[in-house]
Amino acid sequence: MSAGGGAGRFAALGNGRALARADVPQLSLPDLLGAVAQAVDDGLRVAALFGAADPDPEAVAIHAVLADDSRARLHLARARVQGGEFESLTPRCPQVHLFEREIAEQFGLRPVGHPWLKPVRYHRSYRAGHEVFAGPGGEGPAIGVTDFYRVEGEEVHEVAVGPVHAGVIEPGHFRFQCHGENVFHLEISLGYQHRGVEQALRGGPGKRAVHHAETLAGDTTVGHTTAYCQVLEGLARCQKTPRAQALRGIALELERLANHVGDLGALANDVAFLPTAAYCGRLRGDFLNMTAALCGSRFGRGMIRPGGVGFDVESAQVRELLMRLDAAEQDTANAVELLWNTASVMARFEDTGRVPRDVAEALGLVGLSARACGIARDVRHDHPSGIFRFAHIPVSTWGSGDVFGRAYVRWLEVQRSIDFVREQLRSLPPGDVQSPLAALAPGCVAVALAEGWRGELCHVALTDASGRFERYKVVDPSFHNWTGLAYALRGQQISDFPLCNKSFNLSYCGHDL
Amino acid sequence: MIEVIRARLRQGYRTMAYPDAAPPPLPERFRGRPRIDASKCPDGCARCAEACPTGAIDLRDGPRIDLGRCLFCTDCAKACPEGALHYSPDHRLSVRRREDLVVASDEELALASALEGRLRKLFGRSLKLRQVSAGGCNACELDVNVLNTVGWDLSRFGIQLVASPRHADGLLITGAIPRNMTLALRKTWEAVPEPKIAIAVGACAISGGPYIDHPEVENGATGSLPIDLYIPGCPPHPLTILDGLLRLVGRLEEGAR
Repeated sequence: MSAGGGAGRFAALGNGRALARADVPQLSLPDLLGAVAQAVDDGLRVAALFGAADPDPEAVAIHAVLADDSRARLHLARARVQGGEFESLTPRCPQVHLFEREIAEQFGLRPVGHPWLKPVRYHRSYRAGHEVFAGPGGEGPAIGVTDFYRVEGEEVHEVAVGPVHAGVIEPGHFRFQCHGENVFHLEISLGYQHRGVEQALRGGPGKRAVHHAETLAGDTTVGHTTAYCQVLEGLARCQKTPRAQALRGIALELERLANHVGDLGALANDVAFLPTAAYCGRLRGDFLNMTAALCGSRFGRGMIRPGGVGFDVESAQVRELLMRLDAAEQDTANAVELLWNTASVMARFEDTGRVPRDVAEALGLVGLSARACGIARDVRHDHPSGIFRFAHIPVSTWGSGDVFGRAYVRWLEVQRSIDFVREQLRSLPPGDVQSPLAALAPGCVAVALAEGWRGELCHVALTDASGRFERYKVVDPSFHNWTGLAYALRGQQISDFPLCNKSFNLSYCGHDL
Repeated sequence: MIEVIRARLRQGYRTMAYPDAAPPPLPERFRGRPRIDASKCPDGCARCAEACPTGAIDLRDGPRIDLGRCLFCTDCAKACPEGALHYSPDHRLSVRRREDLVVASDEELALASALEGRLRKLFGRSLKLRQVSAGGCNACELDVNVLNTVGWDLSRFGIQLVASPRHADGLLITGAIPRNMTLALRKTWEAVPEPKIAIAVGACAISGGPYIDHPEVENGATGSLPIDLYIPGCPPHPLTILDGLLRLVGRLEEGAR
């Protein structure tokens, strides 16, 4: 498919590898976008589509990264755009809709014919003098001020929520178009967490870079930092030791365990089933504390470092971790299985917030939200790197696409991650945990994918002639999946929003960057 | 139903005895208050300060660390050629004044004193807080939320996180305050009835943290709101947050564990 199909004119590379920028094929923009659409028809996915500065200030370099999950290949091509607009691909290929809005906002290029052209994070363009979303006086777009989709009618009402919510959660704005209890449409407007991380990484890596990676989304510290380090190691041709790879995998799966167990408890809480809510709240902490036993931080700060890991484990620690893992496994099974055996829980989970498989494919959903729709999509399996090339974790899927599906996939993954961590702890290879990192190759591009607990984390770096980041692009799984949540609410009762929202549990800061 | 009762028996009673008994054990590698042994510092060496990602170390007149900027990372300790820098296991970090976070290593931290007079009378036994999350990574929020789990059970101290600023006695703020949140934070603050307090949790809310001086943020809430309690960390451990809150409402005496 890919040889003669859409990606045929793209350069191919493996996960975590680098390529000379000169070897990235340069197409015309219509050819590039046409090839992206063709490749998506062929079954590939858009992992990233983004702009970068061009030596000519009047031009923008658009880069496309396609993922061929069945062949473990990534495909890369670029195009130069001059002027202020281009023909939108979104009507033909919906999964690029937010990427095109982002290009419009970051580089002042208008995707003509985009059906939903609104700001993403509400900031000024990176290209002075080129704004798509400028205010009437030429100022940048005001946060939350946009032409929200509206349903008109005598009995239709609108509910606006946020940015400050009732719970202890991140800021975002939600607009519901309702008919009584029923939601016709939900529009999600973010950008409140925008703190300029991509721009700050330009010219780097500086001394804050790894900390920026660790705080792209705090609950995904290990995942994002793993992707960031893979980019650096690809650019520096750095080989990690087997022990470092195993420890990275352990940290990544402990992060998944903490978040999944916490989410299962929070889902129970949202249907007022307090036993599981209480137990899983505590058990989430037990998994976080295992990560803290590794590196001193419950969120894995300091654990993942370029060239390896920041902390080794001693054999006494391994024994202690194995004991704690056994105890947590038994208590978690006891707490979570209550959910599936309780009719009042299942009545709320099943058939709520359903996303059909074809919609999930069209929107390009990733991670557990995609797997809950029956799509076997998992970077650990499809584009394995590090320890996942040697130790395989079966992909967990469920076909229902509803809240139950997203809950149940979490539970399947909890069991498999525990098995994985136990196996890795028992068979840790000896050796060092750090390899020296050489200077980053100049004039290169590197792409890294990692399967964070929410889904695919994609990091792309373009280096300049001196090996510094000229552009650093981050795609959090939430960037793909927020639209999935909006879709899941269609035809639902508005009172089920918290439940649907928690079943996705998407990141605001990972989206807003 | 019988399964639910069985599970309840199995899961047991989990609320910690702290503060009546010792706090829960912290991991061996936990990074609490950083300390520099200045006697080990070679003349003219500034490697720790140069390595610090947030400029938290000031070497003029003897080393001083700004705990409000500190990310509790390992960069300074790794950079030190003499091993002069280490993280102590001391989780107690909260203070009442911003300047008290800038400390020399041999100096005792001016741990937060309790609210005085009328505020203590009003809030000492019942403190309702509205949380505002603004421009961090969500780790501080998550470890604030942990205080509501059965292990910590924050409500036994009369402290509760409430849904509306109008029901609140103050704000608990996390994040570096992006310009995109300036208005929302101000409106939420104005919606809290007087008298009210403000608590900044985490390096972002205190100083901007990893985002210090990004044009997109305000370097935390310190400049825009009258902060009554600073709880440093990136993120602070739940025990550090609880310690700060309990000191503020007078449930931990000065110097207590």
